[in-house]
Amino acid sequence: MIEIHNIHKSFNGKKVLDGISGVFETGKTNLLLGASGTGKSVLLKCIVGLIKPDIGSVTFDGTYFTNNKLDIRQEIRRKIGMLFQSSALFDSMTVEQNVEFPLKMLTDMHKDERMDRVNFCLQRVGLEGSNRKMPSELSGGMKKRVGIARAIAPNCTYLFCDEPNSGLDPLTALKIDKLIKEITEEYNITTIVVTHDMNSVIEIGDKIMFLYEGKKLWEGTSDNILDSNVPELNDFIFANRLMRDAKKVEEEEERNEAS
Amino acid sequence: MLQNFGKYLLFMKSLFSRGESPRILFNRTIDEAILIGINSIFIVAIVSTFIGAVTSVQVSYNLVSALIPKSTIGFMVREMTILELAPTITSIVLAGKVGSSIAGGLGTMQITEQVDALEVMGINSASYLVLPKILAALFVFPLLVIISMFLSIFGGYIAGTVTGEITAQEYISGIRSDFIPYNILFALIKAVVFSFLISSISSFRGYYTSGGALEVGAASTSAVTNSVIAVLIADFVCAQLLL
Repeated sequence: MIEIHNIHKSFNGKKVLDGISGVFETGKTNLLLGASGTGKSVLLKCIVGLIKPDIGSVTFDGTYFTNNKLDIRQEIRRKIGMLFQSSALFDSMTVEQNVEFPLKMLTDMHKDERMDRVNFCLQRVGLEGSNRKMPSELSGGMKKRVGIARAIAPNCTYLFCDEPNSGLDPLTALKIDKLIKEITEEYNITTIVVTHDMNSVIEIGDKIMFLYEGKKLWEGTSDNILDSNVPELNDFIFANRLMRDAKKVEEEEERNEAS
Repeated sequence: MLQNFGKYLLFMKSLFSRGESPRILFNRTIDEAILIGINSIFIVAIVSTFIGAVTSVQVSYNLVSALIPKSTIGFMVREMTILELAPTITSIVLAGKVGSSIAGGLGTMQITEQVDALEVMGINSASYLVLPKILAALFVFPLLVIISMFLSIFGGYIAGTVTGEITAQEYISGIRSDFIPYNILFALIKAVVFSFLISSISSFRGYYTSGGALEVGAASTSAVTNSVIAVLIADFVCAQLLL
């Protein structure tokens, strides 16, 4: 479980995060939802320690992370897997070397053990046989899969995904979403996903935090998000026609049931 | 500028905190040394040979007095090559080639979040990425300068003898006369100083790139210009202090 408390962050006097608190539960896919520029990625980077918050604290399973001693932060970081928006694969390494990299750097595993783990992780994300490929030879969806394989390779306890399905076609995006959810449940890890994709919300959102202009406006699940009475959230959700039509159908069904 | 210098010093300090194991550092340094060294031999060879050749021809052109022996051409080529041309020109060429490559590579890693990926894993990205480059440069630059010295003197020999300005015997006599071994040490000290400046400044520029492709290009450009200026200043300081 990850807890954040009163996170504030400003850049050049511009407030990006304004007192955000919340709890991200273990074994669940926790979503940070919001429009572009609302501070989702900044909040994620504050949680993993890539950006230092001005005020506020982050706790991983009860262990204080922000401003704690370097070795404690390092210890926590070694339990973190992260999938970046751009996949952030090391472009001078093959797929195999990318997935092997955290094992090589963070564990004492022998080469054979590492290769077994690499092959297992690649198989788990559906990329068996792609070991020798370079990142430049992969499609966007494959890069995300390799990113996930690299993140889970050292048996991470916390998985962070920054817009995992951005730039992907709807079908591939759905596959990536499902993979993240499956991995979260299979390994009982704490997953936080930054997204602005409503499909992801409906498909994998066990717990959702909606951010608007750096503030947390709403928190709930995918089951009750469509019934929220927060205008900014409703504007966001029903921005596309499909969601508006779905809402109308739902309301009609409710009226019919009532009558 | 002062703020940048302070940031540079802090960057240098960060290279030595939470370093990787000696085995990883050694392997990475060897990889970088191969990249910097092997990929630079061709350009260093071309530049050095022609510099030696041009020096030989130009010295010969300026020797108008019959009282000055022809072997002076060999002597002049040797002195100019060892004291100045080999370490400084080689370093300036390498600032363009290696410096822009280091800054461009690190800048691209920064904007594609590869550096963040290392940090999230708990790896000191500066130490992991930059320290091996600096160590490799410290090791490889003096070797390239030695190659440059040989090739430059050889270029002078070829140009002098082929054009008929000097005989082989006169040239060899010239390069052997009044030889001061300390000059070689001086050139190698300069090579070490220049290699540190080029690799660290280029790494600093690349590591702190933010934005997109345009900024990576700008980082490469500033890495080269800053490195060249630093090399020229250091050249003067070394000459003042060591000669």
